[in-house]
Amino acid sequence: MRDNNVIETKNVNFYYGDFKALTDVTMNFERNRVTALIGPSGCGKSTLLRLLNRMNDLIAGTRVEGEVIFDGTNIYDPQIDPVDVRRKIGMVFQKPNPFPKSIFNNIIYGPRLSGTKSKAELEALVEKSLRQASLWNEVKDILGQSAMMLSGGQQQRLCIARALAMKPEILLMDEPTSALDPISTAKIEELIEELKKDYTIIIVTHNMQQAARISDKTGFFYIGKLIEYSPTEKLFTTPSVKQTEDYITGRFG
Amino acid sequence: MSRKVKEIIIKNIFLLFALISIVILGLIILFLFMEGVPIFTVVSVKDFLFGTEWCPTYDPPEFGIWSLIVGSFVVTIFASIIAVPLGVLSAIYIAEIAPPLIKEIFKPVVELLAGLPSVVLGFFGMAVLAPWMQETFDLPTGLNIVNASFLLALMAVPTISSISEDALYSVPQEFKEASYALGATRVETIVRVIVPSALSGISTAVILGMARAIGETMVVLMVAGGATAIPESIFDSVRPMPASIAAEMGEAPFRSYHYHALFATGIVLFFLTLGFNLIADYVSHKFKEVGSATL
Repeated sequence: MRDNNVIETKNVNFYYGDFKALTDVTMNFERNRVTALIGPSGCGKSTLLRLLNRMNDLIAGTRVEGEVIFDGTNIYDPQIDPVDVRRKIGMVFQKPNPFPKSIFNNIIYGPRLSGTKSKAELEALVEKSLRQASLWNEVKDILGQSAMMLSGGQQQRLCIARALAMKPEILLMDEPTSALDPISTAKIEELIEELKKDYTIIIVTHNMQQAARISDKTGFFYIGKLIEYSPTEKLFTTPSVKQTEDYITGRFG
Repeated sequence: MSRKVKEIIIKNIFLLFALISIVILGLIILFLFMEGVPIFTVVSVKDFLFGTEWCPTYDPPEFGIWSLIVGSFVVTIFASIIAVPLGVLSAIYIAEIAPPLIKEIFKPVVELLAGLPSVVLGFFGMAVLAPWMQETFDLPTGLNIVNASFLLALMAVPTISSISEDALYSVPQEFKEASYALGATRVETIVRVIVPSALSGISTAVILGMARAIGETMVVLMVAGGATAIPESIFDSVRPMPASIAAEMGEAPFRSYHYHALFATGIVLFFLTLGFNLIADYVSHKFKEVGSATL
């Protein structure tokens, strides 16, 4: 079972300046699974997600203690370049954030930076990524147009395609449907179901039904601590901690 | 007095003051045209703009300002060549790269440059730069295009830098995060995402900086040399339009043709700066509406 872990955190503490946002989080994420992180606002679930590909490095005054083991190495080891980590661990954000470039150029942004130069290769990659994000049929004739012309749901799938073009091992999703309408949300959820065959997905969500629908395992966070981490079905039907039960039954949060 | 009446009075007071400013500006422009247009009774618009002889005190006088226009453009273009990279790169440094402490020092220092009286810069050009240039390059005079361009560049840098900076700050954080999350380095993010997204603002900054340089008077009066000939080398002297107006107005008899010709030069200058501002306005709006379109 341990071999199945793609990435794990070991006794991670995280600080924004003096504020301790995560306390002693030890958690493992399994390959080709969807893991959901839930909890009330400010509980640290997004912080944990952004910690997994070192996006928190971009915020001044943050500090990490403990280890995050990915591919057998601690990604917070001083010798590790965060750029390399982010190339292998992709991220999709809460608000769709395509670049103000063409659809084509959005997809090839990352691959071209990491050295894919040949035009044929890039074109193939664009088609493959867009197909994976089930956006190809909608945009195949307008690849040269600005990504800003797409609808919010399409933009978010474009962002997923853009992340997939890097062929990441893990896809981190930070409330990817919170800015979308129900139909777009349903499409993205279907997509996640599809993508877990090839990728490991870790998703932060505010929506407990969403976590219940799409994830295999769920972690419940409260005030910076991992309160309970179990198979999704168990967590939502027979939680073993009182706080989890209170949260999922809507007594707080 | 009821609240409603008070509101109306206050509203009208503001309207009055706004109107006063606009009316005064309008009158100045009207005056400029009234005093400038009469020159065209003795010289055609074409000969005035493209005539190469500016000899307003000869008999018969020659009113061709082409060498003045060329002088203005030459110093403005060379000033831009120096100021645009300096201004844009310093804006990028301040907005995106500098650690907070350095940013807090650099930003006000660059803005302080804008507050430096131009006569002080001109004095520096005359007393320090000109003799040094004359000696080092063995020139007949240090008061020339290079000297004027350099000082104009110093004046344009703060404009270009602070407006570009604002443009860079307004690039959404989401774009930067998206870029980093795809494994881009800081330099790649700046070059491929941040600067292209801020391009309309940066273009506006550049154009406004150029407008500042072309309208600037004191520096070019002091260090451009004042020659009314089309320059052949960058070490030649020129007489840009504002310098010509400032230098000659005092000695031009009231309502003489020379006097009218100087006002007409002012009209040309007015249209040039107006043009620069309109272009700046157009650029900043055009890109905004299409959501920066495709870069």
